Amino acid sequence: MTPAPRQPIVLRLLAATPRAGWLALGAFALTALVVVPGLYLFTPPGSPLHVPDHVLTVGGKIMCYAIVAVAMDLIWGYAGILSLGQGLFFALGGYAFGMYLMRGIGRDGVYQSDLPDFMVFLDWKALPWFWRGTDHLAWALALVIGVPALVAVLFGAFAFRSRIKGVYFSIITQALTYAAMLLFFRNETGFGGNNGFTDFKRIAGFSIVAPGTRATLFALTAAALAGTLVLVRFVVTSKYGRVLAAIRDSEERVRFLGYDPLWYKLLAWTLAAVLCAIAGALYVPHVGIINPSEMSPASSIEIAIWVAVGGRGTLLGPVLGAALVNLAKSWFTVAFPQLWVFFLGAIFVLVTLYLPDGVLGLGRRVLRRGVSA
Amino acid sequence: MTAAPSLAMAREPAPRVPALGAHGAADVSHRVILYLEDVTVTFDGFRALNALSLYVDAGELRCIIGPNGAGKTTMMDVITGKTRPDSGTAFFGQALDLTRLSEAEIAAAGIGRKFQKPTVFEHHTVFENLELALRADRRARRTLFATLDGAARDRIAEILELVRLSGEAGRLAGQLSHGQKQWLEIGMLLVQEPQLLLLDEPVAGMTDEETERTAELVVGLAKERSIVVVEHDLAFVARLGGKVTVLHEGAVLAEGKLDDVKADPRVVEVYLGR
Amino acid sequence: MRSPSVVATALCALALPALAAALDPAAVRRLGAEGSEEKLAAVRQLVADGDPAATPVLQALSEGTLALAGERVVRPVEGRTVDAATGEAIDPPPADAATIDVNNRVRREVETGLAALRLLDPAREVRRAAAEELAGAASPELAPLLGRALARERDPATRALLALAHARASLESPDPAARAAAATDLGASASSAVRALLARHAGEEEPDAAVRRAAAASLAAVDRRLALGEYAGRLFSGISLASILLLAALGLAITYGVMGVINMAHGELLMIGAYATFAVQSVFARRFPGALDWYVAAAIPVAFLAAAVVGMAMERTVIRFLYGRPLETLLATWGLSLVLIQAVRSLFGPQNVAVANPSWMSGGFELMPDVVLPWNRIAIVGFSACVLALVWLFIGRTRLGMFVRAVTQDRVMAGCTGVPTGRVDTLAFGLGAGIAGLGGVALSQIANVGPEMGQAYCVDSFLVVVLGGVGQLAGAVWAALGLGLVTKLLEGWSGAVIAKIAVLVLVVVFIQKRPQGIFALKGRVVEG
Repeated sequence: MTPAPRQPIVLRLLAATPRAGWLALGAFALTALVVVPGLYLFTPPGSPLHVPDHVLTVGGKIMCYAIVAVAMDLIWGYAGILSLGQGLFFALGGYAFGMYLMRGIGRDGVYQSDLPDFMVFLDWKALPWFWRGTDHLAWALALVIGVPALVAVLFGAFAFRSRIKGVYFSIITQALTYAAMLLFFRNETGFGGNNGFTDFKRIAGFSIVAPGTRATLFALTAAALAGTLVLVRFVVTSKYGRVLAAIRDSEERVRFLGYDPLWYKLLAWTLAAVLCAIAGALYVPHVGIINPSEMSPASSIEIAIWVAVGGRGTLLGPVLGAALVNLAKSWFTVAFPQLWVFFLGAIFVLVTLYLPDGVLGLGRRVLRRGVSA
Repeated sequence: MTAAPSLAMAREPAPRVPALGAHGAADVSHRVILYLEDVTVTFDGFRALNALSLYVDAGELRCIIGPNGAGKTTMMDVITGKTRPDSGTAFFGQALDLTRLSEAEIAAAGIGRKFQKPTVFEHHTVFENLELALRADRRARRTLFATLDGAARDRIAEILELVRLSGEAGRLAGQLSHGQKQWLEIGMLLVQEPQLLLLDEPVAGMTDEETERTAELVVGLAKERSIVVVEHDLAFVARLGGKVTVLHEGAVLAEGKLDDVKADPRVVEVYLGR
Repeated sequence: MRSPSVVATALCALALPALAAALDPAAVRRLGAEGSEEKLAAVRQLVADGDPAATPVLQALSEGTLALAGERVVRPVEGRTVDAATGEAIDPPPADAATIDVNNRVRREVETGLAALRLLDPAREVRRAAAEELAGAASPELAPLLGRALARERDPATRALLALAHARASLESPDPAARAAAATDLGASASSAVRALLARHAGEEEPDAAVRRAAAASLAAVDRRLALGEYAGRLFSGISLASILLLAALGLAITYGVMGVINMAHGELLMIGAYATFAVQSVFARRFPGALDWYVAAAIPVAFLAAAVVGMAMERTVIRFLYGRPLETLLATWGLSLVLIQAVRSLFGPQNVAVANPSWMSGGFELMPDVVLPWNRIAIVGFSACVLALVWLFIGRTRLGMFVRAVTQDRVMAGCTGVPTGRVDTLAFGLGAGIAGLGGVALSQIANVGPEMGQAYCVDSFLVVVLGGVGQLAGAVWAALGLGLVTKLLEGWSGAVIAKIAVLVLVVVFIQKRPQGIFALKGRVVEG
C-alpha cells in the first residue's frame, strides 16, 4: 500500500478539530488569554469590570483540574481504563515544579539558609542528590514531564503486559497512589513530609504574588488547557483513537485483528500521566502549596466523578464536569460545610445510576426530544 | 501425505515477526500451511486436546466436525495463540512457531479468525470496523498519523459491496441485524487478507438463504487462501466440499471425504451414541 | 548461729502460741549495735532467714520507733511495748528505752529487705510490687531468698521480675565463682533486661576472666532466644493481622465472586460493625453494668445484622442497577462509602469512640519474658477461625450456599436452572456485609474506632481477593495469611511504610506470574 502523502502535522492538528470547535476554542482563548488577564491588570479594583484576585485563583485552579479531567477522559472514556491513581501523576508534576519553587526561595526562608526550611528543620546538611539541578527552570520542567512519564511507563508496562484490566487495574492504581502518599508523608523521603512545599517567593525571578506574574500564569494555564484539548482531539480522531476505542469495547477482538493492545494502552496511559503532571505543575503556583494529600485515593477518585458528571467520551464533558463539581464544592464548603460530603457521595451514586452520559448526554437527550416533539 | 517441517527448521529459533505492521507471509514452500503435531492441552486434569496432529495444505478448504467437547475451539485457541499447549508444536508455514507468538503477532502474520459469536465493534461505524481490520501497519505510533489513501478506500468499498453493506457504511455496527453483523465480520476478515482463515461456526443463527450465500462466499474465498471451518451443520459442510476431519476427545478420529467419514463406524458411534 | 534461733523459735512457739514465729535474738540485738556495719549485717541476716515476723521489726526500724532498752530491743505495738525478737509484751515498759538511729545506707537496706520479705506475702499484687522494687536494686545477700521466692512464685509477671532481681543479686556477688555460676545459669533466660546485665559482665567492667567467658557464652544463648522470641512475636502479629484481613476479605470475596463487583464501601461495613459494638457496649454499661464483661458476645449478632441490613439495602437500591458495569459500581459504592462515613460522623461525632476490652481479654499469654501474646489478639485469631469455619459450612452445606456457588461459576446458567439469582445476590451481599460487620467487632477490640477506620481496609482486602483468586475461599485464607505474615516480617525489617509499598510491588509482580490468583481455575476463560 502506498503511504499517504505526508501532511504537515500542524495542518493535521487543524483538520482534527471542526470549525465550530475552533470558534469555541478561539472564544475561550480570547477570554482567558486577553480579556480576563487584561481586566485583572488594567482596571482599578473598585471598577465593576475588575476581575478580583480570588476569581483568578479559582479560575486557574479549575483550568488545571480541567486538564486532568480531559486526560482522565482520554484513558477512561476512550480507552476504558479507569485509573483511580491519576492524582499521583498530578502530584508528581506538582512536586517536581514545587522543588524549583522551593529553590527559588533562596535565603528568604525562616532559617535564612540555602537549604529549604524543612531540611534545616530536619538538621540536614546538604541537598539530597535528587534535588540537584532543580534550581534551573529547564531541568525542573524536564522533571515535571520525565518523572511521571517514567513512573507511568514502568507501571503501565507491567500492568498492561499481564493484562490487568477492569476493576483490578482500578484498585491497583488506587493502591499505588496510596502507597506513594505514605511515602511522601515520611520526612526522610525528602519532600517536606506532611507539610509538603509552601511559602514560595518567586518564579523565574518574578515575585509569585505580583499581579503580572499571576495574570501570566492564568494565561499560561489557559493555553495549556487549549493545547490539551487540541492534542487529545487529534489523538482520539486518528485511527489510533479508533483502535483505542475498539480496545475499550473488545480487547480480545482487537488482538485477533493483529493489534497489540499493550502499546496502544501504554501510549494513552503515559500521555494522560504527562498531561496530569503538567496540570499539577501549573496548579502549585496558583494555590501556593503542594502536599501529599493530593495523592490521597479520595482526590484521585474525585477526578473520575468530574468526568462522569460532564460526560465520558466527549472533550467538552470533562471540562464542564471539572468546573461544575469544583464550583459546587467551593460554594458548599462555605455555605453548608457539613453537607458537602453527603452531596459529593450523592453525585457519585446518582450520576452513575441516572446520568451514564453525564450532563452533556442529558443535554443532548433533552435537545433531541425537543427537536422530535 | 504431508511433510513435517524438517528437524533443522524446527530447532532454529523461530524468527519473531518483525513488526505488527509487516504482513509476514508464511513460507509454504512445502505445500503445507499449518502444522499441528502432538498438541496436548489440559485444563485441571481434563485433556481438551490429546496429542492432536493435523496438517492443512496451502489453498485447502478443510472442515472440522465433532461432538461438543471434542476440542474444536481449543484447537482454534492454540492456533491463534490464545491457549498455549502443554506439549507439541504448532507451525504456520515452515518457520513461524505459533506457540511462541502472541495473538496479535499471529494475526499480523496472516491468520484470521472468526468467532462463534459475532464480535464487531458496536460503537464504531461499519466503515470504521473495516478500516480497523484493513491490512496496514498495526503499530501504535503509525496509526496515530495514518490516513486512508484512495486505494484503501476503494478496497473497503469493494468489500462493502461484497458483503452487501454498502448502504450501511455510516451506521454504527451495534445497530446491524445479527446476520449483517456476521457478514460484517466476514468482511473484516477479508480486508485483513489472511493467508489462513479460521471460521468458527460461521452460519450459526443464519437463515437458509444467508447460509447458502455464505457457502458461496467461502468456496469462492478458498481459491485464494487456506480456510479451516468448524461447523455442526453437516449440510453446510457438504455444500463446501473439501476434506473433513472428525475430532473426538481431543484427537483426530477420522479424516477424508464427507461421505467416507459419515460411513466410518467409529464416527457413527461417536455421533449417534451407543 | 542457726541453732539458737531454732531453739528460740521453738520456745516462743510454746510460750506464746499467738505469735507464729520468733526471730534470731542475736540478730535482733545487733540491730541496736553502735556501728552501721553491724546493723547492716543484722538486717541482711533477718531478711535472708526469710521469716515474715521480721517485717514489723524492720518497719519499726525504718520508722524510727525501734528502741534499745538495756540488752533488749523493743518496739511499740498498740500502746504497749513488746520485745522485738519474741513479740512478748513487756510490762511495765522499760524506762530506759532509747530509739535506735539509722543512717540512709541502713534505711535503704531496710527498704530492700522489706520488699524481699513481701515476696512471701500471700497477695499477688503485693508480691508483684515487691518484685518490681527488687528488680531495680537487689544486693547479693538476697540471692538465696530470691531463688526461693522464684521457685515458689506462679504469677508470670512477678516471676519475670523475680528472675531479673535474682540475676542481678547473683551477679553482684563478691565471689567470682558465684558470679560465674550465676552468669552460666542466666544463659537459660530470655529476658532483655538479663541480657543487659550479662552484657555488662561480659565486658571490661568484669575483673574476672572466667566470669567474662561464662557471661559471654550465656549472652550468646540469650541473644539466640531473644531473636527467636522476636521472630515468634512477629509471626504472631502477622497471623493476627492475617485474621483481620481474612475477616475483611471473606465478605468481599463472596460479593466479588457472586456479582463481579468491588464494593468500595466494604471498609465502611467494617466500621458499622465496630460502631455497633460500641453501641452495645454503651447499652450494657447503662443497663447491665454487671454483665459488662460479656457485651462482646451480644455485639456479635448485632454487628452482623446491622452491617447485613446496610449491605442488603445498598444492593437493592444501587448495586443491582449497575449490573455488568463494574467500573461504575466502583464509583457508586465509593459515593455510598462517603455517605456512610459522613452519616456516622454526624451521629457519633468525628472523634474516635472508646471501645474497651472486656477484662477477660486484657493481659496476655506470656510466651517468653519479653514476648507476651495479648489475649485480645488471640481471641480474634480464634474468632476469625470460627467465622471461617461457619462460612465454609454455610457455602458448602446449605442450599443458599449452593446457589451462591452456582451463581459465582456461571450466572446465566444458574439462572436457567432456576436459581433465583436476584435474591441470591441480595442475600449473598447481606452475608458478605455481615461478615464485614463481624470483622468490625474484632477490629474494635484492637484498633481505634472512628468514622474513617474502614478506609484503610478496602484496598488491603481487595488485594487478598486478587491474590487468592476469585471465588476461592481457600485462596482467600492463604492470601490473607501470606499478606499478613509478609507485611509484618517486612515491617520488622524496613518499617511500616516501606513494607506497605514492598507488599504492593510484590502483589503486582505476583499477578504478572499468576493473573488468576493462587488458586486459579484453569479452563477456557471467558473474556470479562
